Order: sequence, then structure tokens, then C-alpha cells
Amino acid sequence: MEPFTTLEAVAIPIDQPNLDTDQIIPARFLGKPRDSQVKAVFHDLRYAPDGTPRPEFVMNQKGFAGARIVVAERNFACGSSRENAVTVMVDNGLRAFIAPSFGDIFFNNCFQNAALPVRLEAGRVAEIRAALHAAPGARIRIDLASQTVVGPDGRTDRFEIDSFRKDCLLKGVDEVNLTLGYEAEIAAFETKQRGEMSWL
Amino acid sequence: MAAAHTMFEKIWQRHVVVDRDDGYTLLYIDRHLMHDGSAAGFARLRERKMKLRRPDRGFATPDHYVLSNSRSIADIPDPHHRRLVEQIRQNTAESGVTLFDLGDERQGIAHVVGPEQGVTQPGLTLVCGDSHTSTHGALGALAFGIGSSEVAHVMATQCLWQRKPKAMRVTVDGALAAGVTAKDVILAIIAKIGTAGAVGHVIEYAGSAIRGLSVEGRLTVCNMSIEAGGRAGMVAPDDTTISYLEGRPFAPKGAAWDKAVAFWRTIPSDAGATFDRDVSLDAAAITPMVTWGTSPEDALPITGRIPEPSSAPDSAKKDSMQRALDYMGLVPGTPLEQVPVDRVFIGSCTNSRIEDLRAAAKVVDGRKAVIPSWVVAGSGLVKKQAEAEGLDKVFRAAGFEWREPGCSMCVGMNGDTGKPQQRIASTSNRNFIGRQGPGVRTHLVSPAMAAAAAVTGHFTDVRRLLG
Repeated sequence: MEPFTTLEAVAIPIDQPNLDTDQIIPARFLGKPRDSQVKAVFHDLRYAPDGTPRPEFVMNQKGFAGARIVVAERNFACGSSRENAVTVMVDNGLRAFIAPSFGDIFFNNCFQNAALPVRLEAGRVAEIRAALHAAPGARIRIDLASQTVVGPDGRTDRFEIDSFRKDCLLKGVDEVNLTLGYEAEIAAFETKQRGEMSWL
Repeated sequence: MAAAHTMFEKIWQRHVVVDRDDGYTLLYIDRHLMHDGSAAGFARLRERKMKLRRPDRGFATPDHYVLSNSRSIADIPDPHHRRLVEQIRQNTAESGVTLFDLGDERQGIAHVVGPEQGVTQPGLTLVCGDSHTSTHGALGALAFGIGSSEVAHVMATQCLWQRKPKAMRVTVDGALAAGVTAKDVILAIIAKIGTAGAVGHVIEYAGSAIRGLSVEGRLTVCNMSIEAGGRAGMVAPDDTTISYLEGRPFAPKGAAWDKAVAFWRTIPSDAGATFDRDVSLDAAAITPMVTWGTSPEDALPITGRIPEPSSAPDSAKKDSMQRALDYMGLVPGTPLEQVPVDRVFIGSCTNSRIEDLRAAAKVVDGRKAVIPSWVVAGSGLVKKQAEAEGLDKVFRAAGFEWREPGCSMCVGMNGDTGKPQQRIASTSNRNFIGRQGPGVRTHLVSPAMAAAAAVTGHFTDVRRLLG
């Protein structure tokens, strides 16, 4: 897996709370090749039913081209387990997500795709979104090693992340390979379980 | 005296393969359910030139992409979707995973099939590449949804890296009124704690109202744990659970059954076990529920009115309520019972079991659907049972369509979607924008309430149609 170390980039603010994974990639685009899904990111938020861009959606506004960071509201990417919600954003260059909270499954799926979900306090996230709306194209800098986010206003915030997840991202660890290193422990577990839960 | 442990804690500890110093655990997975969307996991495994570590722990059934009006793969119009339903056959044949295929009466929605076959059992860890895997916790298992990378990880190693979630208890005490069902209970819980109310937690549902539910009802409650943000939902195994499992094809038999039951009796939370969070609801105060907005937390008693955004506590909430009302095409202050419905869907992993179909049929019997209405049974066996009881005749006589098992209109991946602006009373789990098709307005209700809407053409307090 590609490592994640630092990222300095244009960020897009998305204000809706509970923005679910059906909004990130609608179900009708699933079950198809990954490269065919790239254009489906935020599809129904970006386009009206007749295909015209919705001017109110931030990705259709001037100044946000080349964005690599999303700054969202609480419970971002809740809902379905579709990993496509991560991959479709990654394939559109978006690799870091800042929000007060995330859907649990999306949060886990990020780490499988060299993407970083960052939890910050809700008031601060709202402040960052307001700054991004006020100055489209403003940049944010994320440094995973020091666990810091430098906002568009220059203020630095520290974020918490599990050291396991942090190390895996920094080194680009392949989780399956990591687990295979514990083969002896897995085999021992299976032997013990065969004794205790023989009916399985 | 030994420390008191929660049910979640006991099951977790029993499945620890490695506890790392950094707080991460390599957790053993006892059961892996697969569906037609699991093809991505098999593809990743193939790329790595790996085989499934424990094909004997895998169970597969196609559900997301199968048609509800045909059992023929050739009839699936989208070639990519057709290929996914074909691949489950090839992948399971090559790997040795048990398959309940199209044409087999055991085929159905993975979360209906697992418990029905006795694959889901108390005390187990169970995963599936689907967020509604929380359903299986109804039998006292630790069950949660994962993405396709983790699906491949389980296929390769039978384990997952996890940080231990927190434990939350939701207690519902008292008696449910007639016409109030498990679906109303879980909608009331989500309305109370919010759609992010249980993020980072495993929920244990407790209390006399939960204990009084059948396994089917408990499956409905646990199913929507994810809509409350929960990692998983669980109900302690009891006599109801054990009699449900006895004799099911993959349940233990003979001496193994006795050994398993003895173990299952040890699983419930110890008296005095503490939870990180505790929430209580009064069962008697729960009424039939309807969602009005685009999040499952937007649920109200059927006796209520469409809310006023001006009553919102802050401007952000007001804006999001207004957006939801605009999408839903609703006017604040309208009594819910005066909202007309265009279409009805009874089905999904939330509400497609025999008890759900019986509850709906009871309301429909002797009446006529005045709007297009579908029933999609959760599995071939549910459908067969319903037909043996004559429920299909009740539905058909009322003008309902009686369709073939699968996820169908809950997620619309198989093409079962509504039209823009259509208002659907749906027994599914998500009222997200566009969930049942672009522009479609989904209202979540119980099977009885869906049936009431079908025969009246608007939301109706089902209690008035019963008895």
C-alpha cells in the first residue's frame, strides 16, 4: 500500500451532517469496474436529474479544482459498508477527510486505501469549513507523523489516531502480510477452538 | 469474586488471537457470510494468489443483484451485475464455500438466510461485506459489516484487526401496545439517540420488551443498529433463541447441541456488568412510527405532524430540516396521516421474515391495495412458508405483487427502484436521498404500517385497522 505521510492541498467544505455513502456514490454505480465509477463521486449532489451541474454544490464552484481534502460535518460517510465510497474519492484525488465524527465502517475502510480520516472538535471543523467557503482554494496541511492539521487560517490542531493505524499508514503496511506474520498464533487459536467449540 | 463482564466483552475475549501493546487486537472470525457483492474480495485474493484459509467458515448467497421477477441469471439486464451473480457460483465452487444459489429454496438475503439456516449462533463472531450484518447479533453473536478489503483479509486469514469498541446498553422495559412492532421499537430508539448516537459502540438491547420479542423481532431491532451508528447490536441468548435454533440445518446436533447450549447459557452479561453508556425507553410509550426526512433519526409517531424547521434548535439543524423537507416534498404542520403514499415495498433484511409477512397480511386480509404494492420475501424458505400459510393468496387477492427473494427495492441495485418524486412506504432500513432511486421519497415503517398505507393510500395508524 502507498504510504500516507503529509498532504498539503486545496480542501472542499461539505456542510451536510450525516452525509451517507449513498450520497458519495449512489448504489446504481456499484458493481461496475472501478474506473467507470470515477465520475460518479457525489453524483446526485453535483448534478441535477437532467445532468446539469448544481451550482450550490461546492465541487461545482470556482476555486476548488485540484482539491485533495474534504472537510465535512458530523457522522460523515455513515450508512452502507461500500468501500467504493473511499475508493471513488481517492480516485478523484481526495485522500484525507476531516470531520467531527465518521461512520465506523467508512473510517476503517479509509485505512485500507491509504486515506486518512481525521477527527477534530466540531466547533473547529465548522470554523475551518467557514474559512474554506470564504476563501475558495485555501489550503490545509496535514502531517501524520506529528498528528497535526494546519488550517487555512494558519492555526495548528493536533488530532488523535491509533498508533497501529498511524504506523500502517506511514509505512504503507500491507495488513494481510502483517497478519500472515502471526500464522503461529492463528493456528494455535484454531486448535484451541476445535477443543472448546467442537460443533463449529 | 470474579469481575462482571458484558456479553460483548465475553465474546470479544474469547476471540482474541493477538493483543498488541498499541491497543489493537487480531480477532478471530467464526463465520463469514458472502453475497454477490463479495466478488471483489475473491478478486483481491486471486491477485495475491491466495486461497481461502477456512472455506468451511464461509456461507454465500446472491441477494443484491438478483431480480425479484425472475430466477434466471440470463434475465439480469446489466452485464456487470449478471457477471457478479455468475461469479458467486464460480468462486464458491472453486473455494469450497457453501452456496445457497438462485433456484435453491434456501437462497435469500444473507441476513435472513444466516439465522434461518442456523449458521448464525450465539457466542460467535460473524462478518459480512454489508453494513446490516449487525442483524445477526439478535442471536447473541458479535456481528458487524466490513468493506471489501477486510472481506479479502478475512478470506485470507480468518481474522481482522480491530480496536475494541465501547459497550452501550439500550433497555426497553414494559409491554408493547397492539400494532406496535420491533420496527417501531428500533425507529423510536434511533429517533431518541440519533443516527450517530452509538458510533464506536456495540449496543446490547435489553429489558422486558426486548426479551418479549421473537427472534424475528430481535433481528429487526439489531438490523438497524447501524442506522444508530452502532458497530453491532446484540440480544442475550435465552430460551427463545435456543428453541429458534434447535433443528436448524447448521445448528449443532446430538451431544454437540447440549455442549453448545451449555456454552450459550454463559454468554449473557453478568449481573452488575457496567456499560460505557446506558439508555432507557418505556415500551408502553412507543407508537407506530413513520420517518418524515432523509435520515433514519427523522422518525415520529404516526399521530404526529411534519415538523417545523423554525422549531429547530440552531440554524444548521434548521437548514438540514428544510433540505430534507424540500427533497421529501412535505409541508410543515401536515398531519402524518394526511400524507399520501404512491407505492409500498414490504421486504429487505429488516422486515422480510415470516412474522413480518404475517403482520402485513393480517392488515391486508379482506382489503384492497389502492396503490402499487410489493412483497419480497427474505428467502425462498420464507416464501414457501408464507405460501403454505396462504399469505401469498391474501396479498395477491388484494392486488399486491408477490415477488422473488432478494434485497430488491431496499437498495435498488437490481433495478427495482421508484420514479423521481414517488413517495414509498418501505419496510427497509434507509430513507437516504436517492436510496430507492434518484429523487425517490422513502418513508420507513413497519410491515403492518406499510400494509395500512397500501390499503388506504396514505399513512394510517394501523391500530385503527386492527381488531
